[in-house]
Amino acid sequence: MSNQNYILLKNGTHTDVRNIPVLDEDDFRKACLDALLIDSCRISSFFVRPESGKQFLTAVLADPAQQGFRVLSMDAGHSYRSLTAEYPGFNRFERDVFESCGIMPTGHPNLKPLRFPAGNVGKMKFFSMAGKAVHEVAVGPVHAGVIEPGHFRFECMGEKVYSLEISLGYQHRGVEKLLCSGPDARSSHIIETAAGDTSIAAAWNYARIIESLGGITVDPQYNDLRQIALELERCANHIGDLGALAGDVAFLPTASFCGRIRGEYLNMSADLCGNRFGRNFIVPGGCRFGADKLLAQKISAKLRTVMPELWNALELMFNSPTVLDRFENTGTVSYDDARALDLTGPAARACGMNVDIRHEFPGNWEIPQAVKPVKCTGDVLSRAAVRYAELKNSHTYLLSALERISGNISPVEWAPVPALQKNAIAISSVEAWRGELCHTAVTGEDGRFTVFKITDPSLRNWEGLAMALRDEEISHFPICNKSFNLSYCGHDL
Amino acid sequence: MWNSLKARLFQGHRTGKFPAVPPTLPERFAGRPEIVQEDCCRCGKCVDACPVQAVESTGNGIVIDTGKCIFCGKCAAVCDPGALMLGKEYRLAAMSREKLFSDGSTYLPERPTDREFLRFCGKSLKIRQVSAGGCAACELDFNVLNTLAWDMGRFGIQVVASPRHADCILITGPISENMLLALKKSYDAAPRPVWVIACGACAISGGIYAGSPVCHDGVEKIIKPDLYVPGCPPHPATLLEGMLRLMGKKI
Repeated sequence: MSNQNYILLKNGTHTDVRNIPVLDEDDFRKACLDALLIDSCRISSFFVRPESGKQFLTAVLADPAQQGFRVLSMDAGHSYRSLTAEYPGFNRFERDVFESCGIMPTGHPNLKPLRFPAGNVGKMKFFSMAGKAVHEVAVGPVHAGVIEPGHFRFECMGEKVYSLEISLGYQHRGVEKLLCSGPDARSSHIIETAAGDTSIAAAWNYARIIESLGGITVDPQYNDLRQIALELERCANHIGDLGALAGDVAFLPTASFCGRIRGEYLNMSADLCGNRFGRNFIVPGGCRFGADKLLAQKISAKLRTVMPELWNALELMFNSPTVLDRFENTGTVSYDDARALDLTGPAARACGMNVDIRHEFPGNWEIPQAVKPVKCTGDVLSRAAVRYAELKNSHTYLLSALERISGNISPVEWAPVPALQKNAIAISSVEAWRGELCHTAVTGEDGRFTVFKITDPSLRNWEGLAMALRDEEISHFPICNKSFNLSYCGHDL
Repeated sequence: MWNSLKARLFQGHRTGKFPAVPPTLPERFAGRPEIVQEDCCRCGKCVDACPVQAVESTGNGIVIDTGKCIFCGKCAAVCDPGALMLGKEYRLAAMSREKLFSDGSTYLPERPTDREFLRFCGKSLKIRQVSAGGCAACELDFNVLNTLAWDMGRFGIQVVASPRHADCILITGPISENMLLALKKSYDAAPRPVWVIACGACAISGGIYAGSPVCHDGVEKIIKPDLYVPGCPPHPATLLEGMLRLMGKKI
């Protein structure tokens, strides 16, 4: 394997942008497709990097075998040949590039905006079916529950869904544009609210990028503290979703128990940093709140109290035949589809994909055990079971990590943003609770961001939900949706 | 069924005692800013440090707009004399925009004045929530009030599925341009009279997203809210306390 086609970058490091190979179109296509189809890489980021009047299409591909990210680029000009037909995982990335930079992926099978072009809210060409018995169900943007907005278009015959198209963009706040020309005082807060239930993972990525580009060293003890916060975030969300799944099949005991128990985990995050969503906790250089044995014991004691209640609530659900009947063989995504769509996180693991940034790109600190790929049937049940298994592993990790905190970890206060490395590209990726969250930053001549690309796991997994609904009864939509529980704002940015 | 009953006994009764008992807040909770004007050295560092321009230096000292504040603590971190800090007061909701400005004077929660609201909704408040660019945190913590831990149904507050059934629209997010139409339609679909709650810094002032070319700096310029609930996101207790106060409940 030639190493000329790409440069390999370790997680949380940077390099000079001039080190990124610029290939011609054929070589770029071949290098991307070989990496994805032969070397089992995955797309972490795909964006346009402007440099001296040119537009460089840049691909960041996670390469677990080499524990790094392959970075390669080509001079895009105004168009390039679409890669979506060869590797469907490119679909949303190519549409994103088309929408934000106007660079045309020629031959894209279904080219349309990912969000909405200005002034055209809700106007979208949907796939449609014709026939006397065919009917169309349109849902949203405003949904019946307390949830973010998005539009779903079902093509049905009777109860059966033939196609689901998910049209988002309502939550677009201009996140990536606001981050360009940064970093400034607001950047870290924008990052934390890009998807508000994934603040810890996002803040960790951002901190790592600033630390790498700004030459800040981090005491290893903060990695443990960050991992603890990340696992608390994962637990809270998994518990909430498992409870909501129970609610959607009208199994109310677990729904009510989990609703309350999830709150306990948010409160543990607040014990750590004052905020239930872990806001303003991870800062470049460390964590804004320290920890000592007393705090660790306090959180540990809370965990030990709530754990039996949690397992009780979940076992009740997983041992109930009426629940299993609804979960099993519902919303199945095959391994091949999951692989082709490049799904990530628990949704991918439930299909048998062995992917987890925590284990593929390990740091030198402890992490929870990997979930063994069993029962990977790709249905609602396996997505729920994977989350259950992750909860178990995260708890084992949390208890031992809290145990290890013996001394006093001192807080690191907000500091002015340092001068960043000029003309550099930095990549950081964290296994957030939904899957891989990747941040890529490119700095210009003045050391300010010219590109800040966020790849939320939801960007990749929304396609998975659409696939899960194929040939499924429309009444199964709520549990399919909840088993993924994707972010609208993380997608829309 | 037997297992469900056993689990129910094991899980116990979990609804909190709020409002009879004040909420248990985390030790590191960041609430209403406390300012000791006499100690302020007028250096202006806090004004510069604030990421959302919530701190203003006036002739009489420092004023913090809690409608913009995201409670990040950057102002307190740069205050050398320690004249400014984030306190433990969780009661932050206000019925007018002006009441959101905090200058360090003693906090007194407002009493409800809207007689029509008290007559229509004092005992039963049906809420339709609309997220317009919200990051999901405000939405999630509003949902928390529906869990058995807070059980806002005890006070007659209920989330309804359609604006047609709503007394009140609770808005989160900085009002993204792409949600403006849907928000207006939802508001118009609610039968009159209808009230509005702006939940979170984004909905009140745009918060972190103030000035974004694709957002509208909160709901203020579009629909006048009847209740402003500061926070990023507001603690469930902050939101519930605000709603109960608006309803004229004894807290």
